[in-house]
Amino acid sequence: MTSDLGTSSRTDQAARPDTGPARGRAGRAPRLVLAAALLLALVAVPFVVPSDAANLLSRILAFALLAVSLDLLVGVGGMPSLGHAAPFGVGAYVAGITAKELTALAPVQLVAAAVAGAVFSALVGWLIVRVRGTYFLMLTLAVAELARTAADQWDQVTGGSNGLVGIPAIQVVPGGGPLLLAGFRYWYVLAVAALGFGLIVAISRSAFGRSLRGIRDNEDRMASLGYSTFRVKFTAFVLAGAFAGAAGSLWTVQSRFVSPADLGFNVSAMALLAVVIGGRGRLWGAILGAALVIFIRDEVGAQLGGRGPLLLGITFIAVVYLLPRGFAGLRLHRPGRKDPA
Amino acid sequence: MFGFFSSNLITVVDGIAFGVLLFTIALGLSLVFGVMDVLSLAHGSLYLIGSYIAVSVSTAFTPTLGFFVLALVLAVALGSLAGAGLSFLTRPLASRGHLDQALLTLGVAFVVGDLLAQQYGREVRTVAPPSPFDGSVSVFGSTYPTYRLVIIAVGLALAIAAYLVIERTKMGALVQATVADAQMVRALGVNTGRLMTGVFAVGAALAAFGGVLGAPILNAAPGLDNRVLILGLVVVVIGGLGSVAGAFVGALVIGQVQTLGVSLAPSYAAFLTFGAMALVLLLRPAGILGKGRLA
Repeated sequence: MTSDLGTSSRTDQAARPDTGPARGRAGRAPRLVLAAALLLALVAVPFVVPSDAANLLSRILAFALLAVSLDLLVGVGGMPSLGHAAPFGVGAYVAGITAKELTALAPVQLVAAAVAGAVFSALVGWLIVRVRGTYFLMLTLAVAELARTAADQWDQVTGGSNGLVGIPAIQVVPGGGPLLLAGFRYWYVLAVAALGFGLIVAISRSAFGRSLRGIRDNEDRMASLGYSTFRVKFTAFVLAGAFAGAAGSLWTVQSRFVSPADLGFNVSAMALLAVVIGGRGRLWGAILGAALVIFIRDEVGAQLGGRGPLLLGITFIAVVYLLPRGFAGLRLHRPGRKDPA
Repeated sequence: MFGFFSSNLITVVDGIAFGVLLFTIALGLSLVFGVMDVLSLAHGSLYLIGSYIAVSVSTAFTPTLGFFVLALVLAVALGSLAGAGLSFLTRPLASRGHLDQALLTLGVAFVVGDLLAQQYGREVRTVAPPSPFDGSVSVFGSTYPTYRLVIIAVGLALAIAAYLVIERTKMGALVQATVADAQMVRALGVNTGRLMTGVFAVGAALAAFGGVLGAPILNAAPGLDNRVLILGLVVVVIGGLGSVAGAFVGALVIGQVQTLGVSLAPSYAAFLTFGAMALVLLLRPAGILGKGRLA
């Protein structure tokens, strides 16, 4: 995968259709080997890097799960959400409140956050999923921003603009000690994120994922074939919300702090940028995009004295013009490739 | 009943002033969206540019009416240039769908927001109302800041002017026709490219104008761009696409929800705004006065 990053030639495949001859099983084996090698390398990371880097990687993985769940919505489902930070933030708050009031057990927080993300998405999605295109962008953006305002004002529950503080360190098993070391937290985040990626890829490849792609490409036709397009899109919206909520709980594991900004427009925009950088509908690409976005914001932006937004803005403009299909698009000039996700 | 009105009258008038400001943003958003099918996420930034122009002019000169008008003129000039620029930036992406154009304007919004924060700092900057209007007057027995009444008057004038231009002129007819069916208008031999640039420029100028007008009551600070953008979008959803009257009615509704709602039920303002939007979407999916489709 890294060799693609070195490809400097600009490719423009905006008009190229997604369809090519299907790849055989033989073509898939190197990909699995690569994924396994990558996973092993990620597991080994805490042995070789300082704890700051492990924390950065935890944030990247949590954000990558958010980005991949958004890609399920945007790339696979054709529903471009500008408000995916809302279920993410709801999950983060619910995980934080569960940790403070109920239990330090991380799996309980994870499930609570995923359920909260799903319930939130079901409540708003019931309205939002009915509209398409620009209206969908507008509604998701407006709903997420209203959720942020609600988090800001409801200070008995959320701590208001001060944020939710004093979240205890997680335990993974009952009776086990709290995970205070960055490396252990990172392993927990890695395990959950990998499980999440696997589930989203499985959903995307299932019959459900295929009908979702069909609706993305031609909703009217799928409707006339007898699919309840509303039900499929609504399910995808709720599933994406559940994974975003889970990502929120992973984010809380590392930061142990939640603020209204976590539901904010900037987080939604960054998640969308990660998806677009990686290439819409290429779930693996979103992970790469998430790594780049978090790295730009937290590391490069900090070096330049908090100019993260400027860099992100320039990245947005550059990606839209230069990489219409993201990094995944750079290798499309090889003929005969199929949508891998 | 009468007691309710007399005790909340000031809040209601405040809400009208706020609604009128929202109208300046929403009208541009709605027209750009209706004519070009572009969701301009840089529209809040245009408003904020206007507000910071007011800051610059009022710190450089004494806040007299003349200089305030100068700020308005500057904002309109800069705003229309920026709008034309945005239209040229988004046009090549038209074939690539809604998301790419929205992302481009989002990138521009990030860049502008950062540059403004660098230039003017992160703290709230206030602007004094221009001198003949900086006092207060008596409205039904309560004192009320004169400047907010000026905002309402200017906003009403803008709304009527926009309505007349869209409904009564040939240019307005072309804009409406483009909202309905851009391809057909192009087939009739109209240069829709120039029309779109014009609409984008006017919409952007309106937002920047609103920024100057609103600076004395909403101030200027980082983050205000997103706030007015979101409320502008809610207004467009409520009012309906490409409709001047819809944008006006929607803006007045959200203005009341944001001021009267906050004053009567402080913790529920966000829910009230969402509730108003949900209600309109359920009962009249195309907006209160919308003619457009949702697809």
